[in-house]
Amino acid sequence: MSSDKINADKLTGGAHSPLRRKLLLGMAALPAIGLLPRGALAQALPTDAVNTTKLAVTDSTVKVGILHSTTGTMAISETGSVQAEKLAIAQINEMGGVLGRKIEVIQEDGASDWPTFAEKARKLLVEDKVAAVFGCWTSASRKAVLPVFEQYNGMLYYPTFYEGLEQSKNVIYTGQEATQQILAGLDWVTKEKGAKTFFLIGSDYIWPRTSNKIARKHIEMHGQKVVGEEYFPLGHTQFNSVINKIKLTKPDVIYASVVGGSNVAFYKQLKAAGIDLNKQTLMTISVTEDEMLGIGGENIAGAYACMKYFQSLKNPNNEKFVAAFKKMWGGESVIGDVTQAGYLGPWLWKLTAEKAKSFDIDKIAAASAGIEFTGAPEGYVRIHENHHLWSKTRVGRARTDGQFDVVFETADLIEPNPFPKGYQ
Amino acid sequence: MFEGYSLAELGSIFAMQGFAGLILFSVFVLMALGLAIIFGQMGVINMAHGEFMILGAYVTYLCSNFISSTAPALFPAYFFIAMALAFLASGALGMLVEWAMIRFLYRRPLDTLLATWGLSLILQQVFRSVFGAREVGVVLPDWLMGSVAVTDTIEVPINGLFVMGLTIAITIVIYAVMFRSRWGQGVRAVMQNRVMAGAVGINTEKVDRYTFGLGCGIAGVAGSAFTMVGSTGPTSGQLYIVDTFLVVVFGGAQSLIGTIASAFTISQAQSTMEFFLSGSTAKVLTLLTVVVILMLRPQGLFVLKVRR
Repeated sequence: MSSDKINADKLTGGAHSPLRRKLLLGMAALPAIGLLPRGALAQALPTDAVNTTKLAVTDSTVKVGILHSTTGTMAISETGSVQAEKLAIAQINEMGGVLGRKIEVIQEDGASDWPTFAEKARKLLVEDKVAAVFGCWTSASRKAVLPVFEQYNGMLYYPTFYEGLEQSKNVIYTGQEATQQILAGLDWVTKEKGAKTFFLIGSDYIWPRTSNKIARKHIEMHGQKVVGEEYFPLGHTQFNSVINKIKLTKPDVIYASVVGGSNVAFYKQLKAAGIDLNKQTLMTISVTEDEMLGIGGENIAGAYACMKYFQSLKNPNNEKFVAAFKKMWGGESVIGDVTQAGYLGPWLWKLTAEKAKSFDIDKIAAASAGIEFTGAPEGYVRIHENHHLWSKTRVGRARTDGQFDVVFETADLIEPNPFPKGYQ
Repeated sequence: MFEGYSLAELGSIFAMQGFAGLILFSVFVLMALGLAIIFGQMGVINMAHGEFMILGAYVTYLCSNFISSTAPALFPAYFFIAMALAFLASGALGMLVEWAMIRFLYRRPLDTLLATWGLSLILQQVFRSVFGAREVGVVLPDWLMGSVAVTDTIEVPINGLFVMGLTIAITIVIYAVMFRSRWGQGVRAVMQNRVMAGAVGINTEKVDRYTFGLGCGIAGVAGSAFTMVGSTGPTSGQLYIVDTFLVVVFGGAQSLIGTIASAFTISQAQSTMEFFLSGSTAKVLTLLTVVVILMLRPQGLFVLKVRR
């Protein structure tokens, strides 16, 4: 409702519009709408007008889906996203819902199994006819559901930072794509630490490999050198050999994209081998506050992480968000980059629906570009025509208590570029 | 890759790499000893081995929290208490599982695979419900972290040395129990011929239960020790299971010496190749070598000569 007003203000601000008189008349009626009982706005926007494609929308409710793994290996990572999405939805409902309709959540469990993700996505779209789905975490799960969303025309809000090389009418990517996350961090470490040589180490699957490909191109373009590039199978727990190799090659920067349980083993063994992260620069793109819980702050303190959000970020939006999150999910909970990106999904969808004045998928997809969310914990964000977000990139330094000190942030929002030229 | 390095530098890197290989060897032996008893001696394909290890890791986690909050003075030594408790907890659970499930399956070894796989899924979900889906961080006493500088350039991780020492101690204990005690003789008799062993008056049920418990208990100790090098989460056990079976099968399932020999071969091959090639390639080549050797020698490296 409030955004209706804002839109109207903006239009009337455009001075001599022929619409002006009509809008002014309409605005006169707006305060009256505020006095009407709940559900009255829904009548102002009748269901058959906002929903022409038989989605699960009634006069007072709209159904959405949450599709994450709450069981299996990925539950470790995806739990935070589920919590953030539920928090956002609860807050939106408190404010009166979307287009006057309360959001009802149907949650499905992808069970860390990609075919299950596809099957549940189909169920949400075909049987439940949800207006939007917030979900998926790994690239593998997103690739599994993408054809389903395109076939049945659904809308997916995907929270994880990922390797890029994808764009779809049916997906809004609320995390960063690889170039957004990587390039600014590399430039910073070059400038700040005078880094000349890099050792790239990652888990062996698409995201680390694509990210390191981009990183390597960028490093070599600037006349610096990659002195080693290593990949280990997911779940690998013995890093002593590669640590010796790192000692031999003496890189200025260790650039790490190791994920999952391997992460814990990697940092513990690095510390045990006498590599002091306060002296040896290490930059990671895969450790958030969530991973720090398992690694233990004392094992990774001093390392730099490069992403768009840290829990310790100081701005009013974030302070409110962190307080609300802890109130809902307990004071012990931590919030990582992806959790925050998960929180953006429902809000962006709400703003888009209000701009489109419709829940129809095609109208939402078309209206998405240019949507601005000023209340984001990470600060102002905007959806690009390519359905990714403009966002800042930040570098944080790990502390022993499991949080990061933000040591750098880019001055401007970085344009998302999922198909970077010259980096493939 | 060695241009521009002095001989001394190379020497110390190779020395450290040698230690890395030995540490990996100890880790493999420690992982595999429990399974060598359960799978090798009893013939039970225990897919839940990793979960018994993680139970030990969680016991260590609880112990570390409990001691740091109640008796901080004891903290530097808590790891030994934790390992003892891990042994008892995993061993007790193992005996319970043997009584409730495994003892009905001795004649159907392939079914033990399915049953224990189911058990591993159940245990994972129990861990997830009790401790949460996220990994927990086990705080270690300071003396276990860091490294010893042998010379100016050679540094050896302390926790690696600790795992090596622990492995040697446990191997000696197991050797003594299995080959130098009367009980061990009973175990070997039951494994070789259950009916005859029963006929000469050995209580086979009791032997089975304690043997299974011993194997699981050792898994618990291993899990406890691995909190130093790896992660502790509901599904962390899965990280170890493949390597563990690989070591036991490659060594020749029924031979403890074989297990040790195979752990040595695999760990040296892997750590050397990891150093000269890349991580994933090393793993592939190691597995390939194992497959080829097993094709030529299906019974594994060492075979126990038994009349069937």
